[in-house]
Amino acid sequence: MNPRLTLLTASRVLQQIRADRRTVALLLIVPCVLMGLLAWVFQDTPVFDQVGPALLGVFPFVVMFIVTSIATLRERTSGTLERLLAGPLGKADLMFGYAIAFGLVAIIQALVATAFAIYVCDLDVAGPVWVLVVIAVLDAVLGTALGLLASAFAHTEFQAVQFMPAFILPQFLLCGLLVARDRLPDVLSTTSDFLPLSYAVDAMSAVASQVEPLGDVGPDLGIIAAWVVAALVLGALTLRRRTD
Amino acid sequence: MMNTAAIVIDDLLVRRGGVVVIPGLRVCVPAGQVVGLLGPSGSGKSTLMRAVVGVQKIAGGTVTVLGQVAGSPALRSRVGYVTQSPSVYADLTVRANVAYFAGLVGQGSDAVDKALAEVDLSAVADRKVERLSGGQRSRVSLAAALAGDPELLVLDEPTVGLDPVLRRDLWNLFHRLAGAGRSLLVSSHVMDEATRCDRLLLMRDGSLLSDSTPDELLARTGALDAEAAFLHLIDTAADTAEEVV
Repeated sequence: MNPRLTLLTASRVLQQIRADRRTVALLLIVPCVLMGLLAWVFQDTPVFDQVGPALLGVFPFVVMFIVTSIATLRERTSGTLERLLAGPLGKADLMFGYAIAFGLVAIIQALVATAFAIYVCDLDVAGPVWVLVVIAVLDAVLGTALGLLASAFAHTEFQAVQFMPAFILPQFLLCGLLVARDRLPDVLSTTSDFLPLSYAVDAMSAVASQVEPLGDVGPDLGIIAAWVVAALVLGALTLRRRTD
Repeated sequence: MMNTAAIVIDDLLVRRGGVVVIPGLRVCVPAGQVVGLLGPSGSGKSTLMRAVVGVQKIAGGTVTVLGQVAGSPALRSRVGYVTQSPSVYADLTVRANVAYFAGLVGQGSDAVDKALAEVDLSAVADRKVERLSGGQRSRVSLAAALAGDPELLVLDEPTVGLDPVLRRDLWNLFHRLAGAGRSLLVSSHVMDEATRCDRLLLMRDGSLLSDSTPDELLARTGALDAEAAFLHLIDTAADTAEEVV
């Protein structure tokens, strides 16, 4: 890996995102609208305070997964991927370049969505707000990393879009939002122990209910970070310089 | 580096989807020259070029570029590759595209400005690529390779869809680069571009029909232009095949 080439690539991806104003607006506004809708649906009940923080982690995860898998697919179909791989850019430079760029976008997205949830929707969390933001950002980077990995297996837009339900929905069903993870059937409960989104939701729930959640949140974040690195490395390994 | 080989290909065998597209090809491309790779669409020109830049899976044989195995890490900043369809980012400006690809091989803004001037795109440097014409887009793609100042340029149909004046200017540019010691392998399916090359490779069905200078080709076949020479070679090859049968 070459830090200069990684950062050059991250800055190029950011230029592309910035050039598409409507996408920037969607990235920032959609999570807020969904949080607002959720708060409205659960008006006058304690449910919003319980699931709101978890969804603050799930939204950026899903959005970044989709955006990244489409962006990398475009890189593939436009021929620029082949051009890059014929040049000095390392495969890991490309993967981490994308992760850094979308990570920066995720920071802004998490700040806006969290601020909206707390100050507009009156979301009440027991723990410190900055931890909420950190978890949301890491979740978004996780979405980016898994999106990069998934796009290695997608050769058309139709396939890329199908990977969203294939990669994301099972994790969503098992992450503890619908049924607490320890009350799932044994096989599913064990499976959920291996899925990264479970730890994202655990961490968010800890911030929601504990005044000092760092003891619980720390290990969760460690597992998510390990998943991010593993997905990026695996994504880099599945890229082939030579193709048929 | 002059008078040595830029590319040496020995017994190259390429299969795509189980079908043999290059059945054992040998050729030596000299350094410091503009070498044309001509042949109809589907003759294997792009596959050969992909093998040279090291992105094509090969089933056998060797491809040596600037003294090293094609695609080896040390070659990646010394070889410039321009694909047939322009491979640039449509949502970025012309300058941002060229600056990114130049930056990857360690070149700065001077090289970017020079490359944009060489392909006559300075006037639209701040326009997004998606707003350009097809011919302009392919020149952005070319500029992105030129800015890296590579020792070997592999250009797949760089002059398609360009007006005659621009085509002439680009060929002049190719010769200036060769004069400065760069090697160029340029493909085309337009036979009248043959006379602009220092050396010509004629390709058909994955095999080389001819490897000579344009003058030698015309003298040997007695044809008046490259198109006629090409037809002559195909007819002769067919006759020889019948005699063997």
